[in-house]
Amino acid sequence: MPAPDQHRLIFAHIDEPGYSPDLACYQKHGGYAVMKRAFARKPEELIDEVKRSGLRGRGGAGFPCGVKWSLVDRKSGKPIYLIVNADESEPGTFKDRYIIHQDPHQLLEGTLIACFANNVKQAYIYIRGEMPLGARILEKAIAEARAANLVGPNILGSGYSCEIYVHRGAGAYICGEETGLIESLEGKRAHPRIKPPYFPAVLGLYQCPTIVNNVETLCHVKHIADMGGEAYTKIGTPNNTGTRIFCVSGHVQRPGYYEFEAGKITLGQLLNEVCGGPLPGRTFKAVIPGGSSAKILRFGERFKGKRKVGAELVDYDWGVEDVPMDFDSLGMIGTMGGSGGVIVMDDSVNMVEALANINAFYAHESCGQCTPCREGSLWMKKITTRMVHGTARAEDAALLKSVADQIPGRTICAFGEACSWPTQSFLAKFGDEFKNYTETKQGAPAPATLI
Amino acid sequence: MIQPLPSDLITVNVDGQDIAVPKGTNMIEAARLARVEVPHYCYHPKLTISGNCRMCLVEMGLPAVDPATKAPLMDPATGKQKINWMPRPTIACATNASPGLHIRTNTAAVQDCRNSVTEFLLINHPLDCPICDQAGECKLQEHSTAYGRGYSRFVEQKNVKPKRTQLGPRVTLDDERCILCSRCVRFSKEIAQDDVLGFIDRGSYSTLTCYPGKQLANNYSLNTVDLCPVGALTSTDFRFKMRVWFLKQTPSIDCESSVGANTEVWSREGVIYRITPRQNDAVNDTWMADSGRVLFKEVSAADRLSGATLNGAQVTQGKALQAAVDLLSGRGGRAESGAVKGVAVVSSGRSTVEEQFLTRKIADKLNATVALVSRVGVGDKILVSADRNPNIRGALVTGLIRALPEQKLTALGAAIDAGQIQVVLSMGEDLIAAGLTEAQQAKLAVIYLGTHQNATSAVASVVIPTLTVFEKAGTLVNQQFRLQKFARAVPGLAGVSDDLVTLSYLLNALGGTPLGATLGALWPVIAAEVKVLAHATYDTLPSTGLLLDSASWAGLPFVEGETLHFKPVAGPGVTS
Repeated sequence: MPAPDQHRLIFAHIDEPGYSPDLACYQKHGGYAVMKRAFARKPEELIDEVKRSGLRGRGGAGFPCGVKWSLVDRKSGKPIYLIVNADESEPGTFKDRYIIHQDPHQLLEGTLIACFANNVKQAYIYIRGEMPLGARILEKAIAEARAANLVGPNILGSGYSCEIYVHRGAGAYICGEETGLIESLEGKRAHPRIKPPYFPAVLGLYQCPTIVNNVETLCHVKHIADMGGEAYTKIGTPNNTGTRIFCVSGHVQRPGYYEFEAGKITLGQLLNEVCGGPLPGRTFKAVIPGGSSAKILRFGERFKGKRKVGAELVDYDWGVEDVPMDFDSLGMIGTMGGSGGVIVMDDSVNMVEALANINAFYAHESCGQCTPCREGSLWMKKITTRMVHGTARAEDAALLKSVADQIPGRTICAFGEACSWPTQSFLAKFGDEFKNYTETKQGAPAPATLI
Repeated sequence: MIQPLPSDLITVNVDGQDIAVPKGTNMIEAARLARVEVPHYCYHPKLTISGNCRMCLVEMGLPAVDPATKAPLMDPATGKQKINWMPRPTIACATNASPGLHIRTNTAAVQDCRNSVTEFLLINHPLDCPICDQAGECKLQEHSTAYGRGYSRFVEQKNVKPKRTQLGPRVTLDDERCILCSRCVRFSKEIAQDDVLGFIDRGSYSTLTCYPGKQLANNYSLNTVDLCPVGALTSTDFRFKMRVWFLKQTPSIDCESSVGANTEVWSREGVIYRITPRQNDAVNDTWMADSGRVLFKEVSAADRLSGATLNGAQVTQGKALQAAVDLLSGRGGRAESGAVKGVAVVSSGRSTVEEQFLTRKIADKLNATVALVSRVGVGDKILVSADRNPNIRGALVTGLIRALPEQKLTALGAAIDAGQIQVVLSMGEDLIAAGLTEAQQAKLAVIYLGTHQNATSAVASVVIPTLTVFEKAGTLVNQQFRLQKFARAVPGLAGVSDDLVTLSYLLNALGGTPLGATLGALWPVIAAEVKVLAHATYDTLPSTGLLLDSASWAGLPFVEGETLHFKPVAGPGVTS
């Protein structure tokens, strides 16, 4: 079956010749018209539209955005804050960066609509420390919008006022975790908070109710406000509405970003047709479908079970290529849609070395708060690094699995899962390579420098 | 029939055992009430919850209810309400008990959590217990015995961190031993209000350190050493001095101010090695000031008085006492009606209740005027109050004084100048420091009962050495009018009598009714005579003290401001 065409909703103008990130260009393309219309409506209606749209958060967890908004404590009398999570740091993900660099006003418009819907007077864009250019572009965009009375007091005479500030992180993956982000925004170390009691919807930024949404999610909000929640559900598949941006990297002919209706394209179509298949003379070996913390899939494995189609349960028997790219299908086969970062590895990749790379990343990024993640991530890194650059032992595979099994579900935030799932899944899918690494490595240590 | 519970109690189930706990109790404390230990490192009952060590993971379940009707779902097999067990373990420290909460601490899953956390904590730990000061009172050591695997699976290089950082004048840090529980960080911020500690670097390389350019120098810094569940923070003073398991613990009281923080004195073979706080939730929680921890050094200080003197010459204790009695009672025919004129007692707010009682008896017998030396400093609003006398209120309770002392001994000075006072019995007080002039002191014959040399002991006619608080037992009344007792930690100096023995000898020799010279003999007399102390005895006094009825002294202008568990009653002396 041929792959469907791209459905460019969020990325409509990305890399469009002649499209620039300034306000004039955005307004020429109809910018801020949606916001003007939205400001004429009741905030509750907008929240209902987002609920009806079924929009799921694009940061990784896929939590329904409307539900997140409805959990906000609106009776406390405290101000409600909105934070735009622009700390895109999951390896393999590069969608928010394009939005910020090339279409910042789309984000601002979505943010302002979300703020208006939730009666937010102050919003913060928390941008990753490694994206200084993006921060400058956003600051310029906000200044332009403020000059045009699109941000600030009494926006376009509507009586509604909202400020947006850009805050730069200092370069830590954990700042993408919403409570870690809030701590960082408050000027502290980004140690994620314990939940309960510190649910952002109740006790978030400065102990006030806070909404934390991903950049792409807020852009979707703009389009939902534009077309209505009902129309938005027509895009994509039930429970996986709207479009998804896939950031494909690794061993394919045409890596890059692609936007499709959620669930309408399979992994095989995406890699083989859209991305042009494997490099000449190579075959696909493995793919991580949702950012480096998602569990890896091995080409050739099959997934069987029953799934809901409409009201019925239908049998499915999928190879990796047959899996529809949506939150639920990827969840069913034991991995996740995550942030949409698709990392492809072909037969030239040694899986032990690939895992050593991932483990080095997570050991470096663990915040150091919870014992299992703090010690476990570094231990796994030390084992895989030693396997690659030193002496691999026969018992290392079992030890790695045992260490990884001691982490998930026992930490404050989801980093425990993020750092252990790669090791768990690499060992489950490619255990043979880890067990045989002793033989294959002897006399031939990897040429790379120590990680 | 099941009695309905008082409204502030709820029933929870710990390992199958139902127990009533106060609302808001967290799961660690609820389990403690059920006599089930939940191991933990970062949790401390007096600090905010951090939830980072993950040692207290338990299984948690809540009673099942129908989502639509909220009606309880019953389990037909047991006839009880079904329990929905959470799929993941929960930290017991951060979860408060709710009605019907179920906790399981003895399952394989919980055991696995504890074992794995223990293994993780040990892989980068130096395992230097043989040279570590914390050995013997180390939570990591204790829990490793219970939950450690006994061998290591870790063959990589351990992390290297700073080994002996001087965090401040009194605290030394070994970062390799640190398990990053953040208790010290939270204490400094929340209790000491001196937010100088924090972590730098990330992940397993996280390192505890002071803010650049600052020191952990506040007067509560040593509490971080007590708090530290491992040997990372050690007392620079106590470091490498003594193994803790050799030390004997004696309950005592911090005598540096009227707060009366409860303390533990650690000694071996008559030598004190350290003082730590003793928990009293009504007085000092689990804290004490650094300044109170060094007070034991006075026991063997160079200026300690070790023998009696008469006009500067060494004499036996008996001779000195006789000379004191002569001075107080006689000197020729001045005592016509049995009442000796010209004697004043300078009593002390540092004396115990029992000593003050005997002092009052002596003063009454001599018909002497009584002064008490005021010591006012600046309160720190935590555990050092403005009144640096630990027992002013004891003097009020025993009737030794009726009003609060003057700042300086002005009235006494005037009486000396007027020739009305020729003899002064000083209970360890330095008369010059208390406000008399050298000239005034020179006119006096002073009998000095004290522990250390000072300007008064140097010129006193009679010096009789007494014992420090560590060498005797007794009671003190703190700023809350809480009667608190302390016990003898170490034997007194050879040849120095107990203060009660000395005082009751003087009382006897001056012709007073013989009263006991021991706490056991004295307390029935005190209880019979002092109304607010009726029914009290030393032996039955609870270790956390006894709050006395302070109504009689409510209007006095005490100098103390607010401290941790004390709010001044608005009186004439209090400016709010």
